[in-house]
Amino acid sequence: MSLALAVAKNRLFNLKRDRAAFVLAFVLPVAFFTIFAAIFSGSGRSATNRIPVAVVDEDGSATSRRFVAGLEGEAGLDARTAPAAKKGAPQPPAYTAATAEQAVRAGDLSVALIIPKGFGEHPMAFAGGAASDSGRSTLRVLADSADPVASQVLQGLLQRVAMTSLPGAMAREGMAEVDRWSGGLTPEQKARMDDVLRAIDAPRPPGQPDPPRRATSAGSGLVAVDVKDVVGQAKRNPLVTFYAAGLGVMFLLFSATGAGGALIEEAESGTLDRILSTRVSMVTLLLGKLVYLAAVGVVQLTLMFVWGWLVFGLELVPHLAGFALMTVATALASSAFGLMLASVCRTRMQLVAVANLAILLMSAIGGSFYPRYLMSEKLQRFGLLTINAWAIDGFQKIFWRDEPVWSVWPQFLVLVAASAVFVLIARRVARKWELA
Amino acid sequence: MPAAPLPLEIRELSKSFAGRRALDGVTLSLSPGEILGLLGPNGAGKTTLVRSVAGRVRPDGGTLRIFGMEPFRDEARSARGWVPQEIALYPLLSPVENLWTFGRYQGLSGAALEAGIRKSLDWIGLADRAHEKTEKLSGGMKRRLNIAAGTIHGPRVLLLDEPTVGVDPQSRERIYAMIGELKAAGVSLLYTTHYMEEAERLCDRIAIIDHGRIIESGTKDDLVRKTVGGRQTLIVEAASALPAALAAELSRRGGQVEGAIVRMPVASAGDEVRGVLDRFHGANVPVLNLTLKSPTLEQVFLQLTGRELRE
Repeated sequence: MSLALAVAKNRLFNLKRDRAAFVLAFVLPVAFFTIFAAIFSGSGRSATNRIPVAVVDEDGSATSRRFVAGLEGEAGLDARTAPAAKKGAPQPPAYTAATAEQAVRAGDLSVALIIPKGFGEHPMAFAGGAASDSGRSTLRVLADSADPVASQVLQGLLQRVAMTSLPGAMAREGMAEVDRWSGGLTPEQKARMDDVLRAIDAPRPPGQPDPPRRATSAGSGLVAVDVKDVVGQAKRNPLVTFYAAGLGVMFLLFSATGAGGALIEEAESGTLDRILSTRVSMVTLLLGKLVYLAAVGVVQLTLMFVWGWLVFGLELVPHLAGFALMTVATALASSAFGLMLASVCRTRMQLVAVANLAILLMSAIGGSFYPRYLMSEKLQRFGLLTINAWAIDGFQKIFWRDEPVWSVWPQFLVLVAASAVFVLIARRVARKWELA
Repeated sequence: MPAAPLPLEIRELSKSFAGRRALDGVTLSLSPGEILGLLGPNGAGKTTLVRSVAGRVRPDGGTLRIFGMEPFRDEARSARGWVPQEIALYPLLSPVENLWTFGRYQGLSGAALEAGIRKSLDWIGLADRAHEKTEKLSGGMKRRLNIAAGTIHGPRVLLLDEPTVGVDPQSRERIYAMIGELKAAGVSLLYTTHYMEEAERLCDRIAIIDHGRIIESGTKDDLVRKTVGGRQTLIVEAASALPAALAAELSRRGGQVEGAIVRMPVASAGDEVRGVLDRFHGANVPVLNLTLKSPTLEQVFLQLTGRELRE
């Protein structure tokens, strides 16, 4: 037993000396717990993470305006009637049905709501009421099926907002039902009822609080809602595109970093010294390694997408040009990142620890595990610091939103620029292996 | 007509690392087809000097020329070969792939590269294992491949840094033979080693470096003459401890007596040896062994540096 303890103690000595193992054992798990806790606690559509929705009021009636105001006051929604103004730029015009649909298609928002003309005249109907489907206006929801949660939540909240913001319309509808089923109101009763309804609809004087609103179950729905998937409606499997890109990028980063580690092995074995005494300079060496790593990355991503095409019906063939563009940029950026990490680290073990930490962190906040559009806006912005986010965004544009090839120019440029920065850092850091 | 530039010419080379002087005015040269042994205790500056010639260290001062060229020029890189002490090869690659890599890195291509690989494999006796993983080869085979990777491009100056470390005597002989062939082909070699017998056997000249300076250089005989002198040592082992009178007389004549063993410096082997043996005979002390030793490089080294070579 005492010898077994001696063996254990020997391992402890090693752990104390091996900082990389120490990081892997203790720092990485805590770091990951923190990252995932931050991602998931900041999502799930909590009050701090409202669903952005473009609202188009085509009706423009008092009722529809009250409904829009109700939507704007709803805690679960971030209702926008116009795109957010960029700093220093004038306020863009209000959404129209076309621009709202475009915004959903472009992925700026997951849902848009169109309040059609005539909504104010007959906004709702009680479920089962005879008037329910006779002339009731139907709200149109335009959705991105990649985010099914957003349209589901919006549909529920529309019912709640209808109840809380349109009490007059509700009462009117109720009276119509009473009139219908009670054998008819007398003219006096109708006149009194109209006075009450006018009072309900009248704007409240400033300072006077609204009467307490209580959400009740809307049953099968007060307001009629028609949901139309404007993105991905024809896709067989929405998550395949996401995971092909998300996991593809993550594994590319892992393999590029692993292969980049050959540089450290060459340095440790003395081979790098020998190479640099030949006609090969450090710049040539790094460029050669980058070409190799990027080529392997292109093959890896191609394999992944071809597999997705053959087995999961990913639409590869119609998107070949966009795929090629994004694949080259992604492979290049991942390779340059791997090369940079390998140059920065002194030992293979150190590289393993740093790479695991960096890549899993980038993959988590960059959306390789969990779509970024489901994260809080703050985390989404933070995610833009990662290769994963730009690569996934580009692939999603091509494969999910069916956008034209040229539309990925921001993603392509960012990835290529990031590659250049990574290579320059690698070159700078690799000086430690150059002339003494 | 100006004299052709020497394969290697170093003048007043100096280099410091973090204030510590690794090279302090090294001057030496290498003639065509010559093997120059570089000996020195650990930390004397050998590695810095070799790495400077290999183009891996930029000196602070002095000049270093390979056939009259700066060591960083491509022509100098082609003229120079370096066999580092480490097995600086790719263990997962085969000998052919390793040779292809370093041949290509030295600027060979096409038929010249193919020919270089074939010639190298034959030269190191690995043609039949050309496609196995290098990590599967024996220590001696890896050493030979390490040499071939540094010579595939046909350098005219070769730096050999302890090429026989950790190899068995048979492989060592084979490496010696390879070095002999390089010399015969006119290659100039700068050879570092910790083995004195190796330096004595292979090197035309020897330079001893200590504290960043070449403290002595020349042929082995030159060094011996300059340091320990030309006298040989006669070692006589008697059957029993020497009588006091004989021990005292031999000590007076410069001998060192330890029990039954006497070490005597002798200038001329014949007469002096006979004289010593006569004294043993006269004292009636039987002699068991008689050895006449010439001065060794080890003695030269010890005298010059005050340290053993392996310190």
